Amino acid sequence: MTYKKRYDGRNFDQMREIEAKAGVIDRATGSGYFRIGKTIAYAAVYGPKELHPKFMQNPEKGLLRCHYNMMPFSGQGNRVRPGPNRRSKEIGLVTQKALLPTVNLENYPKAVVDVFIEFPQTDAGSRCAGICAASIALADAGIEMKDLVASVSVGRVDDKIVVDLDYEEEAHEQGGTADMPVAIIPSTGEFTLLQMDGELDPKQVKEALSMAKKACEEIKQAQIKALKDRFEVKK
Amino acid sequence: MTKEAKSKLLIKDKEIAAPGEVLATGMDFLPSYGTYRLNNEIMANKLGVASVVGKVIKIIPVAGRYPPKRGDVVIGKVIDVTMNGWIIDINCAYDAMMNVKDATSDFIKRGENLTRFFKIGDHIVAQITNVTSQKLVDLTVKGHGLRKIFGGRLIEVNTHKVPRIIGKQGSMVTMIKQTTGCNIIVGQNGWIWLSGTPEGENLAVEAIKKIERESHLSGLTDKIKSYLEKNKVEVSQASKPVGVEKKTQSSKAASVSKPEPKEAVKSDKK
Repeated sequence: MTYKKRYDGRNFDQMREIEAKAGVIDRATGSGYFRIGKTIAYAAVYGPKELHPKFMQNPEKGLLRCHYNMMPFSGQGNRVRPGPNRRSKEIGLVTQKALLPTVNLENYPKAVVDVFIEFPQTDAGSRCAGICAASIALADAGIEMKDLVASVSVGRVDDKIVVDLDYEEEAHEQGGTADMPVAIIPSTGEFTLLQMDGELDPKQVKEALSMAKKACEEIKQAQIKALKDRFEVKK
Repeated sequence: MTKEAKSKLLIKDKEIAAPGEVLATGMDFLPSYGTYRLNNEIMANKLGVASVVGKVIKIIPVAGRYPPKRGDVVIGKVIDVTMNGWIIDINCAYDAMMNVKDATSDFIKRGENLTRFFKIGDHIVAQITNVTSQKLVDLTVKGHGLRKIFGGRLIEVNTHKVPRIIGKQGSMVTMIKQTTGCNIIVGQNGWIWLSGTPEGENLAVEAIKKIERESHLSGLTDKIKSYLEKNKVEVSQASKPVGVEKKTQSSKAASVSKPEPKEAVKSDKK
């Protein structure tokens, strides 16, 4: 048996529907919203601000801190256990590592930029949606960045290479699945996040990555549009 | 290949640009503030309004916290008193320090109680005298129009919109002052202090918020003028503007809030 048609009827190289917004949280220095299918991410940036405790300060450049959190009611019907856990800590860390190559914090010695990413609803691909939202939020906060970071997950369902797996596909049993979240700096084509869950052979990885690049270009356009739309004055 | 490729401008003057957006291709353009060159392209690295002057492309930022600059007049809040001065919150990533000698000419004995001059919670109009590479910010209240402020109300706006709120040679803020009868001090850090009749203050706040929202669009001065004119009637009916004394003071404040370094921003968007 092969995987002939995707559960939600998309093409194999087609992402779920994307919606991006900037400036959704008033009190934050910058904020972003990114929805891909049923996965929703809100990101809020606070700072640059003074960093405490003092021993964490770096006199040469600012620090970027990312916090990832799935809301308790966000999952697949069964409540996500609230509060920080090993998984959210790890994803916060990879998010920071994915964003850091683009942001320039040299003008903010001893300071910190806090990024909070919250998910009111998740349906697979949340770390990717989180990175996309965070990158909108950082730009909206006026932080110098050489490019926006776009992120999407690619992978294999049975024998097909697909872009942007949803929960059903990740849980597909026959033939197994592989899921590879990828974050890309679109202007240079550099990868800032590459993780993998499952098995892919080298040929499949290459194919998946080239599909991810194409998808990320599309995401970047949506992110830029979101930032521009913020300045349209409603009549 | 770069020699052969034709240079092309991909963004118009005064258009919003986002980080990572390609502004121009080819070697005929020069990247300035807020932009950088990547191979054959000029890219934005900040969110802001693009400005194309001849061959030079730059970005005037529209978002972000206040970056402290020497010479700026800011509004600050005293958050701590130390042995030799005060620590001031100036709505930026770093707290500022004001030394005793920058606060008063009086003789002060060693170990004297400094709350006699400024205590925690006081607000001041101060000028930044120095910013080091490690972002140690020094303030002074010795200067024309610099002082402690009492009463009134304090609002916060986007620091990058301050030049538009002040206007060319203080024209915008003077207009608001005259129509609302308020005394207004605009700090470069985005804190604005207003004092007048409650109705006048409300109108001034609304006008300032309107400027903040629409500052990147053209015809701003006329829009604000008509907005103030339209709403002015209610104000004068409700209560009379404050007396002559306050007015003379407000004209003084206008000269204080004149932003020299942001001159370019104003003319660009005119």
